[in-house]
Amino acid sequence: MHPKRKKRLIVVLAVVVLSSLGIGLVTYGLRGNINLFYPPADVIAGKAPVGQSIRVGGMVVEGSIQRSDNSLDVRFEVTDYAGTVPVLYSGILPDLFGEGQGVVAAGKLDTLGIFVADEVLAKHDENYMPPEVAEALEAAGKKI
Amino acid sequence: MAWTWFHRLGSSPWIYRFSGQLLRYLLPLAIVLVVAGSVWGLAFTPPDFRQGNSYRIIYIHVPVSVVSLAGYYVMAIAGAISLIWRLKVADMAMRVAAPIGAAMTFLALLTGAVWGKPTWGTYWVWDARITSMVVLLFLYLGVFALYEAYDNKALASKACAILSLVGTVNIPIIYKSVDWWYSLHQPASIKFTGGSTIDPSMFYPLLLMIVAVYCLYTCLLLMGLRLTLLETEAKTAWVKKEILGES
Repeated sequence: MHPKRKKRLIVVLAVVVLSSLGIGLVTYGLRGNINLFYPPADVIAGKAPVGQSIRVGGMVVEGSIQRSDNSLDVRFEVTDYAGTVPVLYSGILPDLFGEGQGVVAAGKLDTLGIFVADEVLAKHDENYMPPEVAEALEAAGKKI
Repeated sequence: MAWTWFHRLGSSPWIYRFSGQLLRYLLPLAIVLVVAGSVWGLAFTPPDFRQGNSYRIIYIHVPVSVVSLAGYYVMAIAGAISLIWRLKVADMAMRVAAPIGAAMTFLALLTGAVWGKPTWGTYWVWDARITSMVVLLFLYLGVFALYEAYDNKALASKACAILSLVGTVNIPIIYKSVDWWYSLHQPASIKFTGGSTIDPSMFYPLLLMIVAVYCLYTCLLLMGLRLTLLETEAKTAWVKKEILGES
């Protein structure tokens, strides 16, 4: 290879490697801020700030949804199977919200450890299948 | 070692004619594949057990997202070739790839937002995947704008190539964002290793659409390249011969 081109190739590789390294270190340093939500285990462990706007994400515990009869108030529990956080919310829930489904709630943690949400989003998982397949899996006793 | 293929890439008339012949087959193929994949995906696949019919946007969203990432490598590698070997056609390919990539990224963000509202309950959330895709859009637009900002086009090409190369770090970040950080966006359903978590009846039309959009992207790139070739070499004899049929 022509020495001039070789030099330019080295410069190109250096640009790619050094910028990757720099941005890699920055994102590693900011990894806590890049996470969209806290898992319930971190909330239980006291890693989430109290009284500040944060998000908590996990699965809605089966049988934990309690709806009010005369208002939009709803209470449910969010778990990551390592910890569980009770959530209070008043408002319309997304269609995909349900027991055993992923959820991300935005709001504030109160001093009693209850999460008061002002927004609840459904977190969809990566499973896509036709209804018949889902029914067959359910009939076979598999959790989906 | 026969380097003739590489030297041919330095010949504008050869590239113009070769890409013209390629497009004669590739463009009809791309159109047929896009139409076939869309009809298959939208009309002949079963609905999803949880999302119903709204999941069908996957047949647009995933292909344009995949191509928007792959297209960035096309732009960056073309930029690197133009930096190292000073190949004119590589420089043109880099410039043409920027607006096409921006359009693909914009479509990915738009279809994602349209799907997000009924599924998540919001059009937008600043999670790692969506934010890094916005950065990708700005990188594409940045390369496009940077080239226009210089009067000295040789300098403009160098600056654009370096910006493209620096931006490549974002591609693995976008791809792995859903695994590295907690995000609202779900992890990939199609996996290179291990089983995919999308039913085969939904996966095959998706695969067809990915191939279709790759073909479409190649066509758009070649068409843009041909136009740029004609524009930059408008005063040369071969262009006059090609367009006016003069000999």
